Amino acid sequence: MARKVNSLSPFNVTSLALGLAFLYLPIIILVIYSFNDSRLVTVWGGWSLRWYREFFNDRAMLDAAWMSLRVAAVSATIATLLGTMAAVALVRGERFRGRPLFSGMLYAPLVMPEVISGLSLLLLFVALNAERGFWTVSIAHTTLTMCFVTVVVQSRLASLDRSLEEAAMDLGCDPVRAFLSVTLPLIVPAIAAGWMLAFTLSLDDVVIASFTTGPGSATLPIRIYSEVRLGVKPEINAISTMVIAFIAVVIVIASLASKLSSSQGESAAPL
Amino acid sequence: MSARRIFAQPARYAAIAPYLWMVLFFLLPFGFVLKISLSQTAIAQPPYVPLFDLTEGWEAVKAAFAQLSLDNFRLLVSDNLYISSYLRSLFVAVTSTLILLVIGYPIAYGMARLPRRWQPVAMMLVIVPFWTSFLIRIYAWINILQHDGLLNKILLALHLVSTPVVWLSTDSAMYIGIVYSYLPFMILPLYATLARMDASLLEAASDLGSSPRQAFWLVTFPLSLPGVGAGALLCFIPIVGEFVIPDLLAGSGSMMIGQTLWLEFFTNKDWPVASAAAIALLVLLVPPLLLYDRLQRRTLGAAG
Repeated sequence: MARKVNSLSPFNVTSLALGLAFLYLPIIILVIYSFNDSRLVTVWGGWSLRWYREFFNDRAMLDAAWMSLRVAAVSATIATLLGTMAAVALVRGERFRGRPLFSGMLYAPLVMPEVISGLSLLLLFVALNAERGFWTVSIAHTTLTMCFVTVVVQSRLASLDRSLEEAAMDLGCDPVRAFLSVTLPLIVPAIAAGWMLAFTLSLDDVVIASFTTGPGSATLPIRIYSEVRLGVKPEINAISTMVIAFIAVVIVIASLASKLSSSQGESAAPL
Repeated sequence: MSARRIFAQPARYAAIAPYLWMVLFFLLPFGFVLKISLSQTAIAQPPYVPLFDLTEGWEAVKAAFAQLSLDNFRLLVSDNLYISSYLRSLFVAVTSTLILLVIGYPIAYGMARLPRRWQPVAMMLVIVPFWTSFLIRIYAWINILQHDGLLNKILLALHLVSTPVVWLSTDSAMYIGIVYSYLPFMILPLYATLARMDASLLEAASDLGSSPRQAFWLVTFPLSLPGVGAGALLCFIPIVGEFVIPDLLAGSGSMMIGQTLWLEFFTNKDWPVASAAAIALLVLLVPPLLLYDRLQRRTLGAAG
């Protein structure tokens, strides 16, 4: 009898199935149609890699993709470095002057509308007279994504057993060495997951990049966005499929990393 | 001095670099938005009259303060375009949050009732689309919703409609896009509260003679309200400032505040008004943010 109250009803099963179908069907359809030979996006003309070839012959699109990958790699790396430092300061630094402002600044970008972040950074770059392009977009993405890295690393760091560090110090390590040789290896999987999250967020952003980039240096999302505004093009289906495949690989690596990170049986952060 | 204390000292130094970064690239830019929202539009490039130039010394700063004007904000409250986009943002965010709640709750509830070992799998399945490019997910819907797209084909084949329905550039398309994009944000906090719930409460309700339906409305739903609040705010806050979804899926008739800001900035090149709109949008977000913060604190407090 006790079991019955918590069992799955047909209603539960239906809503789960419909919900997952709603989440996945559009993406599956998009992927299938990227292999469509027909120029008309809606008419099925047989399987083909035509639109993938089209992409690899599209100079402007390739340049944009290359720009995006570089921005994502650079900004994710700086963001991981800064985000990890911020997490260490927040979890291990205890009270220090300016801490409320510090944590406020780190959480605010998580909820800030992108139009505001983009606008404010552009105004700064204009005031500094900085040439807009690769570096301005990278700085903008670093600022946004380091907050996500901080959250991921912080939650891992907070769940660590501090007695390990204390033991290392009792055995004669100075605090910095104890951190580098004991704590850091334990949080590496969270740091890796943070990097990948930062990388995919940067690869996805269209709004902030539109504000902070200059003429002639569009990122891939900016190009996709301007094409999509003009209507559906089969080539975009092919590019989208490649982006999805790429991100899928990143997710698999990230989830393996977070499995490693939670080897003690506790569940990892959902990101 | 305990080991803890010794450790705190060097850990604090780790704050220096990220601190400086955030002051320079987050706090300072806000100062610029505020400043430019209070300055006059100019036709020059960049299109605003700079308020002050620090190289000219204190006198210039004082003179500049005398020039500050609230004209842009006056324009915001007097022009119908801004008021209506402001109201539309609120309306769209409230409506979408309600739809998300109605769709997301049964899914989260189903997840929480899955056998324990299947729950992480279901959670992963909900999170994965969140990782997939946001722009691409919207594009996927444009594929489906276009004039001769899949949705119209299915509706025609089922004889539910006799002529293709116009979906793109309508509010329904925009709501579909918003619900699709934000569904994980609604499901995850709901699932988190529902999964934590003590099953013995339901057994007690059933022992006391309530039907499963009564038990749901009298026990489960009231206890899940913190999750409902968290999910609703997590969706409401970003939807208010949404730009890409309404721009690609909704018609050009009425705009949300994010679109107005974009239009003023990129098309009309009116930077001061765009900045004033940004400040206005921010003000709109402060109450829900404070509410969310309070809710989180209370939940954490309750968890111990």
